[in-house]
Amino acid sequence: MWKRDEAVKPTSGQPATPAAAASTQPANSPAAVQPEARRIERDIVNIGKSVVIKGELNGSEDLTIEGHVEGRIELKDHVLTIGPNGKIKAQVFAKAVIVLGEVNGNVTASEKVDIRDGGSVDGDIISPRVAIAEGAHFRGSVDMQRKGAQPGQQKAASSQPEKPQAATPATSTAQAAAH
Amino acid sequence: MHPTKVLARFIAGLSARSQPVLLDLGPVVGTNVSFFGEELGCKIIVEDLSKDIDRHVRDGIFDQFPAFLSKRFAQEPGSIDGILCWDLFDYVDKPSAKALGEQLTRLLRADGVLLAFFSTAEPTPGLKPEYTRHVVVDKNNLQHRAYAAARGTQRPLPNRDIQRVFEPLRIVEQFLLKNNRREVLLKKAPEAAGTASVAPSA
Repeated sequence: MWKRDEAVKPTSGQPATPAAAASTQPANSPAAVQPEARRIERDIVNIGKSVVIKGELNGSEDLTIEGHVEGRIELKDHVLTIGPNGKIKAQVFAKAVIVLGEVNGNVTASEKVDIRDGGSVDGDIISPRVAIAEGAHFRGSVDMQRKGAQPGQQKAASSQPEKPQAATPATSTAQAAAH
Repeated sequence: MHPTKVLARFIAGLSARSQPVLLDLGPVVGTNVSFFGEELGCKIIVEDLSKDIDRHVRDGIFDQFPAFLSKRFAQEPGSIDGILCWDLFDYVDKPSAKALGEQLTRLLRADGVLLAFFSTAEPTPGLKPEYTRHVVVDKNNLQHRAYAAARGTQRPLPNRDIQRVFEPLRIVEQFLLKNNRREVLLKKAPEAAGTASVAPSA
């Protein structure tokens, strides 16, 4: 019985499915889902409306910004969400960027940039996937990769990028692939 | 759903290039950005000229629009592989069309392609002015979504004027569709063999 429980226990890298959690805990115990919920809560950090940050923002967890940030934001392997109240005047580097507020600056994502309804981006986007909702504002350029190409492959193959920024996603995607 | 004949040829004209640069003169359409990005692996620059037209009309300075266009584009000459004009030329007068044509011709790289739609019907008086947002469904079909405009469509440009507006570009494909629309694909002549390309800023 003990050995069987050990076998279905989730590893730290893979979140437990509800079925797996149920098999290791009594059916009515909330303890089965609490650690996971706590972990998610802990891994999403929120910068509130009244917070103003000037400078460089680095992190290794998902981040939601509702305040003002000026400078540079780098969350290479994580998701950055600019909330509806968020105002960013910065160069942004992340795995995925979701924009519901305002961004003034270039955005580089190794996976996806998603500008939602009401979101606004003034700047250049470099990302293999870009979604721009109907009510979103966007002014700038979008640099994507061809369908079927390996992430980072095309950029790395390009010996003469148009401008220095173009070299950035190649580096970040190569690092992401290495993890 | 509206069929298009020229879009597939526009894409074909760019597909051999590595990371082409596309200039879209229409409003931002997310699905279009995804479509062209995935099809061509390109860089897309969105310069929504309808907003500029509206601003000039609202401020009562549309006569200054040709002069404005001559300074509108910050891109280097010969830096763009493909230009999507959609039906923008239906909304401008001849001097503006000429000024815009000159700028786009300057921006287009040798062997680059330009797509434009022209109405063949006279504008209907009394209609509320509307732009058309062209949403790419696939290579052969577009969806039209109307949105408010400050200026209505103008008298259609005859074929001769279209050629003059874009000189020295060459019309390589032209289709007259049943919906009173002329679809045109223009191309800039390739560089002569042995001619070295010179970086504009060098």
